[in-house]
Amino acid sequence: MLDGLNLSAASGEFISVLGPSGCGKSTLFNLITGLLHPDAGEICLNGARLLGNPGVFAYMQQKDLLLPWRTVLGNVLLGPEIKRQPKAAAQAEAMHLLDQLGLKHFYHSYPSQLSGGMRQRAALVRTLLLKKQCLLLDEPFGALDAMTRSVMQSILLDIWRKWQQTILLVTHDVEEALLLSDRIYVLTTRPARVKKEIEVPLPHPRSITDIALVRLKRELLTTLQADLQQSFE
Amino acid sequence: MVQRSFLPCLLLLSGLGIWEAAVHLYAIPHYILPAPSAIAITMVEKRSSLAGHALVTLQEMLLGFGLAAGSGMVLAILMFELPVLEKALYPYVIGSQTVPVFAIAPLLVVWFGYGIPSKVLMAAVIVFFPIVLNTLDGLKSTDADVVNLLQVMQASRWQLLWKVHLPSALPFILSGAKIGISISTIGAVIGEWVGSKAGLGRLMLDANSQLQVSLVFAAIFCLSLMGLGLFGCMTLVERWMMPWRYLKPREA
Repeated sequence: MLDGLNLSAASGEFISVLGPSGCGKSTLFNLITGLLHPDAGEICLNGARLLGNPGVFAYMQQKDLLLPWRTVLGNVLLGPEIKRQPKAAAQAEAMHLLDQLGLKHFYHSYPSQLSGGMRQRAALVRTLLLKKQCLLLDEPFGALDAMTRSVMQSILLDIWRKWQQTILLVTHDVEEALLLSDRIYVLTTRPARVKKEIEVPLPHPRSITDIALVRLKRELLTTLQADLQQSFE
Repeated sequence: MVQRSFLPCLLLLSGLGIWEAAVHLYAIPHYILPAPSAIAITMVEKRSSLAGHALVTLQEMLLGFGLAAGSGMVLAILMFELPVLEKALYPYVIGSQTVPVFAIAPLLVVWFGYGIPSKVLMAAVIVFFPIVLNTLDGLKSTDADVVNLLQVMQASRWQLLWKVHLPSALPFILSGAKIGISISTIGAVIGEWVGSKAGLGRLMLDANSQLQVSLVFAAIFCLSLMGLGLFGCMTLVERWMMPWRYLKPREA
């Protein structure tokens, strides 16, 4: 599925992995988090090889994966609860983050009572409360409508600038990758290889109508389309 | 609630009306088929005897249900956590259903006597199967991505079971319990038929042999009332344990 894939991220860097659907992006994440074991190759953190599940990553998916039987507050506190952290402190922090993401009046609501965007914000709070230096985001906004998605993207940018995590975002949305990341890896279809690596040296906040960004977008799309055409032939 | 029970009540009343009319119209003797009114009179006249016997049967049903629910859930969890155990036991759990309960009832009476324990076991045998099967299916129904998420969070196996698998299984377990509690009457009554001192099944046998058919009907009516009542209680338990299933979306 993956072959000769070589990715790296500096601390505090925002990396996007861009590839057509089904190129094995999720497999990549499962390898990084240790849920799958590589047949060959290795996953390294700060030069040390990672084996199994080191617990250094926070993971967020396209599906919000909120537990329907827990309230919003109960859901975001899942991580601290599993780590058996003191409840009061974790709860105060959870409430603070929920307030910031506009979920102030929804602490005690159940996921089924919330909209898709609100659920994904709750999932983001749950991810942040894990307090990990590396965030793995697997198409986190893929299921949202365009308006909600752009709101979520700016929320994510704010958080990243404040907390300085290393973020690895998997997406098939070219604009999303360009708006958010420092560096973009373009993957080929199976087996996935790195086809291109581009830097996005633009300041935030970025605009999709920015001329430099449009130029990069054209470049990326050409690369992706050439690859797709090959795979159809 | 009132609207929902309107049609069933209408059906019941018209059914009873036709029954009553037919008994009088064709002059059916009371030892063949008593009229609903005669059954009602018997129920009032024999209320203390009925209540006494009903209490015995209810006790057998509840104890049998509790025994089966507890042991069934434990077995299902063990089978879920230890796949070897599931492979070894599953054929026997299914196979146990092919043995008719009637066939083992006399044995249970021989082993555990004429008192309540043999009936409790009969009820438990019947309730056990839907509980085990539903709990196991429920535990397996957990979203694999949620399990992945908790593994990335480094949850222990116990935490996974307690925080994810069991709550996911809850709707399945509770529908198994609803089936179980309503069929627990079968076990209790069969047990009483085979050999007992008290209970609605015993009362039916005695009344039948004395051609007191209206008393037999009264006992049947009590049994189904108990079954319905317990089913209703389980529905309330369901609402209490899974409030999130009965919510309306809230406005922002």
